[in-house]
Formats: sequence, C-alpha cells, structure tokens
Amino acid sequence: MTTHTTAADHTRPHKEDAPTGLLPIPTGPARAMATGGGALTVISAFLAWTWTAAFPGDLTVYGYPGGLPARPHHRALTTLLGLASYGIKGLRALTPGNADAALRYAALAAFTTAWYTLLAISTDLGGLANLEPGGWVAAIATLTALTGALALPFNRPQTYPVDPEDTGWEQTRHRLRNGLTVFKGAFAADTPPPPRTLPSYIEILIIVAALATGLLVFTYGIGTEYDELFIGFLISVAFGFAALAKAGLVAHLSAYTARHRNTTLLGAFLAAAAFPFTQSDDQYATIGVYILIFATVALGLNIVVGLAGLLDLGYVAFLGVGAYAASMVSGSPASPFDIHLPFWAAILVGAGASLIFGVLIGAPTLRLRGDYLAIVTLGFGEIFRLVAMNSDGASGPDITNGSNGISSIPNLKILGFDFGLEHSILGFPIGRFANYFFLMLLITLIVVLVFRRSGDSRIGRAWVAIREDETAALAMGINGFRVKLIAFALGAALAGLAGTVQAHVTYTVTPEQYQFANTVPPNSAFLLAAVVLGGMGTISGPLVGAALLYLIPNKLAFLGDYQLFAFGLALVLLMRFRPEGLIPNRRRQLEFHEAELEPGETPPPTVLSKTGA
Amino acid sequence: MTTDTTTAGQAPDTPAGQTVLDARNVTMRFGGLTAVRSVDLTVNSGEIVGLIGPNGAGKTTFFNCLTGLYTPTEGEVRYKGAILPAKSFKVTAAGIARTFQNIRLFANMTVLENVLVGRHTRTKEGLWSALLRGPGFHRAEAASKARAMELLEFVGLADKAEHLSRNLPYGEQRKLEIARALASEPGLLLLDEPTAGMNPQETRATEELVFAIRDMGIAVLVIEHDMRFIFNLCDRVAVLVQGEKLVEGSSETVQQDDRVIAAYLGEPFEENN
Repeated sequence: MTTHTTAADHTRPHKEDAPTGLLPIPTGPARAMATGGGALTVISAFLAWTWTAAFPGDLTVYGYPGGLPARPHHRALTTLLGLASYGIKGLRALTPGNADAALRYAALAAFTTAWYTLLAISTDLGGLANLEPGGWVAAIATLTALTGALALPFNRPQTYPVDPEDTGWEQTRHRLRNGLTVFKGAFAADTPPPPRTLPSYIEILIIVAALATGLLVFTYGIGTEYDELFIGFLISVAFGFAALAKAGLVAHLSAYTARHRNTTLLGAFLAAAAFPFTQSDDQYATIGVYILIFATVALGLNIVVGLAGLLDLGYVAFLGVGAYAASMVSGSPASPFDIHLPFWAAILVGAGASLIFGVLIGAPTLRLRGDYLAIVTLGFGEIFRLVAMNSDGASGPDITNGSNGISSIPNLKILGFDFGLEHSILGFPIGRFANYFFLMLLITLIVVLVFRRSGDSRIGRAWVAIREDETAALAMGINGFRVKLIAFALGAALAGLAGTVQAHVTYTVTPEQYQFANTVPPNSAFLLAAVVLGGMGTISGPLVGAALLYLIPNKLAFLGDYQLFAFGLALVLLMRFRPEGLIPNRRRQLEFHEAELEPGETPPPTVLSKTGA
Repeated sequence: MTTDTTTAGQAPDTPAGQTVLDARNVTMRFGGLTAVRSVDLTVNSGEIVGLIGPNGAGKTTFFNCLTGLYTPTEGEVRYKGAILPAKSFKVTAAGIARTFQNIRLFANMTVLENVLVGRHTRTKEGLWSALLRGPGFHRAEAASKARAMELLEFVGLADKAEHLSRNLPYGEQRKLEIARALASEPGLLLLDEPTAGMNPQETRATEELVFAIRDMGIAVLVIEHDMRFIFNLCDRVAVLVQGEKLVEGSSETVQQDDRVIAAYLGEPFEENN
C-alpha cells in the first residue's frame, strides 16, 4: 500500500509548495522593484534622453513632456504606462482579472518601448554616448520594473517530471516544454468574474471614456511622423492592450457595451466624427477617409464571408463597379455619358449597378461550394479588371477609357455644400478630405446598421445556418441558393455604396485600383485579411482590422518591397496564435479554444445574446 | 399490406387514419447498384411506423428519397395526395421534417437559434423587413421565439436556450434536433436512428417523447436498430432487406416472421457433418 502511494506520487503532476515567480527574488523586494521601477520610468519620461535634436521627435528637453514645440510622445506614453503599472498594483478595483499578469504586461510594454527607443537613438546617432542620463534612468528603471514584475509569484501550471528512461534528447525536449508552459503560465490570467451591474449612466460614462481613449490613441497613431515613433506606438499599444485585457478591463468593457449597444454605436460614431476636429490640416483626414472606405467595404464583405460563409476572393470588383458607375454619371469629361446626376441618384446608380453585378455573378457561381466558389469569384474579380482595362475603344467598346480610367471626377455638391472647398465648422477648418470623411462616416454607419439588423433576423440566422451545415439548413426548409444570393447581392450593393464615394474622393477611377493583391488597400486580399484579422462575423473586427491594415503599410515606409512579405508573415503568425481574430465573435473564440481547456473542465457557461457583438 | 390506402382528397388537418405519406414503387439506383427496389410504404396520420433492416439494407437511402435529398429513379412519393417536390427545402415546406443519423445541428448557434432556424419555412420576413424593422418584424420575431421556447419546453431544454448547441450532451443534442424539426410544423416527422448511442434510460425518454409527438397529431416514421425500442413504439413495422421490403405488419407479426430472423441472424445451419 505504502509503496503503491509513493509510486503514484511520482507520476502525479508536479506541484509547487508555494507559488513563486519566474526569477528567484522574494515577493516583497520584487513588488518594491516593480513599483519603484514604474515610478522611476515616470520620472525618466520627464528627463532628456539624448543631447541632440537630430533624433526625430526631440527627446532633449527637461521638464513636462507636453506643451513643447516638438512631439515628445515617447515620454507621454512611457509615463502613462509607468503610471498604469504603478496604479494597477495599488487599485484592486481597477483589476478585476489578474493584477500581476497585467503588471507583467505593463512592465513589458514600458521595457520594450523604452529599450526600443534607446536602441533606435543609439543606432541612429552612432553610439551609446549619445544617451543623456534620462535615457539611462529609463533603461534601468524599465529593466528593474520588468525584473520585479517577473519575480512576482504566480500560479504555476502543472508540469510533469522527466521520465528517467527517456533518451537525453527526449528529456531535453521535455524540460524545454515544461519551461515554456511555466513561462506561458506567468503571463496567463484567470477569466475575470462577470462585472457587477452598475447604474446605467456610470456604465455609459465608462463606455464614453473608453471611446474617447480610443479616439486619442487612434489620432496619435495616425499622426506619428516617422517609422520609429510608429513602431514604438504599435509596441506600446499591443502590450498596453494585453495588460488591460489581463487586468480584466476589456472583458468588463465588452460586457457594458453589449448592454448598451445603441449608445455604444452612437458614441463610436460621434468619436469618429470628432476626429477631423483634432486635426489642424487635411493631411491625416486623407488617411481617415481611405481607412473608412476600406473598413466599410470590409464590413460588407463580412456579411458574405463572416455570416453566410461564402469565401469571396473577388469582392473588390463590386467596389470597382460602384465607383465606375458613379463616375460615369458624375459629369466627368472622360465619361462616355454626358450626364451629371445629383449625389442621391449617383449613389443609387452605384449601389444598383453593384447589386445587379452581384446577382449576375452570384447566380451561376453560388451553386458551387467552398474552395470552388473561392476560385470562381477570384476569376470574376480579375475579369472585371481586365474588361475595364480593355474597354478603351481600341480593343473593346469605348466605355471605361482603358487604363487611363475615368478622370477629373468633379467634387460632390449636396444642397449647396461643396465638398471640394474648405469650410469652417465651430471655428475648426474642415478641408476637402474631412468633408468626404463625414460623408463616408455616414455610409459606414448605414453599413453597420445593415449588418447588425440583417444579422439578427430570420435571414441572418439562415445565413449562419448555411455556414454551419448546408445540408441540414436545406433540410430545415431554407432555400439555400436564394438566401446565399441575397447575402452576395447585399454585400455587393454595400461595396457599391462605398465605391460611389471612393470615386469622388480619388478624382480618378482606374482598373488598377481593383486588383486581387496590391500593396495599397483596398484590394480583395487585404479586404479578406481585414475581416479575418479583425474577427469574422463581428462589426468592430473588420473596422479595427481595416484600420490596422491601412495604417501599418502606410506608416512603415521602410518596408517598401517587403510589404506583402511582412503582411503574409503577420497573417501566418496570427492564424497560428489567434485564429479567431483580434476581436473575436464569442462563438468563434469557443470554437478555437475549447480544446485548450483542462480535461474534465467544463466549458464556461456561454450565454450569447446577439449574433453580432 | 395490412393498411387501407385511401388517397381521397385531403383536409388540411388530417383526421386519424388518413394517409399522410404514400410511397409507391420507389426505386433508387446509383449507377449499377440498386439501393432501394420497388418499395411501397404508407404512413397514416396518428401512426408511428418503424423501418428496420440490417446494415446496408437501404433504409437511409429510402429516407433520403422521402425528403428530397435524392430523387427516386422510379416510383413516386406523395405527401397528403400531392407528389413531393425534388428539393429538400420544398419538402420541408410541404410538411415533412427530419432528423439525421449523425446529428447535424448548427453547432455554433445557440439552442434557441437552432429551433428558430427550424421556423424558417413558417415565417416570411425577408431582408427588407429585417432592415426596416417595422412592427410586423418585431411581432413575427416575438411569435417565432415564443413558439421556439414552447418546443424547447416540450423536449425539456428550455433552461438551456442560450447555450451553444455544441456544448449540449449527446442525448440533449438528439432532443434538440427533434425540437428543431418540430419547429417547421410538420405533418410527418422522419426520425433517423433517434436512439443511436443512447443508454436505456435515455432510450425510454425518447420513447415517451415520440409518443407525445404522435399525440400532437404528427405521424412518425422511425428508422432504428434497437428492436425493443421499435417493437414497443410502433403501430406498424416494415422490414427492408437488401433494398426490398420483406415484411410489413404489426410488431408481433414481424417479430415472429422467419424471414426477418433469417435476414438478421442468417439461415439455420442444416447440413450434417
């Protein structure tokens, strides 16, 4: 009996007596180091990091980080993160999830941002001698904070002892696996308890604050002027977001937004509308309007791909059809028709033309399933581009003006409001692109509403049922072909809607804008990537995915020819580590991560309220 | 044939004893293989009919002919007097609902949503109605939800309405599939091995459920391997062997038929050596 127990002891999972950290430092000093390091990081943000203004962003000045001619945003960011890592430790209420895991991420964020900046300074200026004391303080402070945070105790995951009969190589692999499990465990957090129900005005205030923060972060990101700053921004945002997620704040926020869906939608719309007012010129409103066009088309594609499960690789053609149709009735001198319709009619023509194309292409192709559908839609997308290219009067009928496209599309005028001129609203100058930004935002809102309402209805359920199991859906009385055709045509019409505005924003519509893959979004590959990256079947997913996919190539000019390579690599990594997308639909998250639950552990009770989220 | 086949004009709500399903001379060939050969079968309202047979006898193929997944090579299938359309969604709209041998729920939809999908043919709201959200839309959605909850109550899954259907235990997934099929307000329910993989208690519960469905006025046709289940349940049993109907009759008749025993257990060994 006794021997039996000891034998059993060996095979039982190895458990630590008391939880310890990754680094062998006692809990007290470790916590002090983390807190002290955080505080020092804050202080270092107020010091000069380098002596010369040669490094972009001017990190030479002592004193308060803001209010200076240059943009010392590095410091503002590290200050925020330093404060966050300090605050998160102190305020239990802020961290319903795992405070220490959040602290580790915050420390990691501060550390990588600071060290990345310092490395960039050193390489740019040629040597460590270019660092001022502030830089050294930042380096040491963030390192201390990170060391302290890593030494904080955590619940060690179960590991299994090495089998002494294994070969040396097997034993090494086993030890490495154990190490990796423990390391991952250090950054894991428990699912936070569901949030208490607060008075609804407080919940709404929290949502408003979150949206305002989102606007600030986005405005800052879009305004970053050089590569290093943007990379620093990406690092801070990624780790900062991870820290907030580990602290359980993200889960709480999404619970609140689920409760106030209309308020959130209105708030997000207002926050986005506030964006042009934060800008002093039209430079970034340009990016804003292109992101909106891209995001709106991605959201339209999400109906086709995310809800109905139809993989459409030629979706950008519908944007093109809308843009061409609108440009031809815009009064452009290059248009074969000498018509100038008012905007409301042009938008009907654009969306209508795309709708008709959607039905024409969908009717024969939607009889196919899966991969075959993807290939055929890819073909139709290219056919559209080639037809537009060749309808130049020489190799085909004279309709689209060939590769020159339809140029000099006049600016829109709605009720006497000329979109080409700069207007002053509330004392803020609102330029041409900002005008179009507002118009496009309205279209995005329409598409969001269409997505939400169609998704949460009889027809939306039929789409999801077809995606889940087409045979069973047919046996439940769903006319599969008809329902799929509706999804396809609706997606096409929404893309056409966006195309109408795009034609006017870009002045010129050419076939080359509507390729399958290109370095500039929107193109079919990037649209699909935005949907998959953001999260299939959600509203906010494609919007976030599109913003990221537009901003990153746009801001990281140094990637140059390697853009598509980096894009592919990023997609592979994402599919490996987060297949459900950045903002997952609740059900997809379960689908992909159910296998990671401990055996015997029941999946968390899933209460789903709505199709979208 | 132990039943009279009255194919006179049908009232919408069929009184007991009227023919709901009338399959005549149904033959299904796949290339040179004849999976089902001239099978006749009638199901009357208020009746539970069983279809048994050894593996590969063509039971599921016959089922698929009845539900529009296959178009029979020869013969015709009438539902309440009208020849069945060739598309499975039209068959469901006509009033025949089915479950599947391997459970085919919409795994990533909630239990309630699964049943709501079953309501598809009995509701009409299209895309415009969903986008404009008039009062008619809300009324129809509320009515659908109420009916779906009623059905979930009926099969005993009402408290799990918001769970993902993939997370239900096996037996409850079977029940949900039945609830989903009932949601299309069928006149005839086809159950393809409803107790496969169930323990005796669950089988008994399913038996009760099928009786309750019969009492709702819905005719039931069941394929099953569990003989005890089938003989307890069915008013009439048809035996399918190698694509042909061998015997049809009451449980006792079929149980005592030598040919059925032979089909399942083989011929007695008679040589002496």
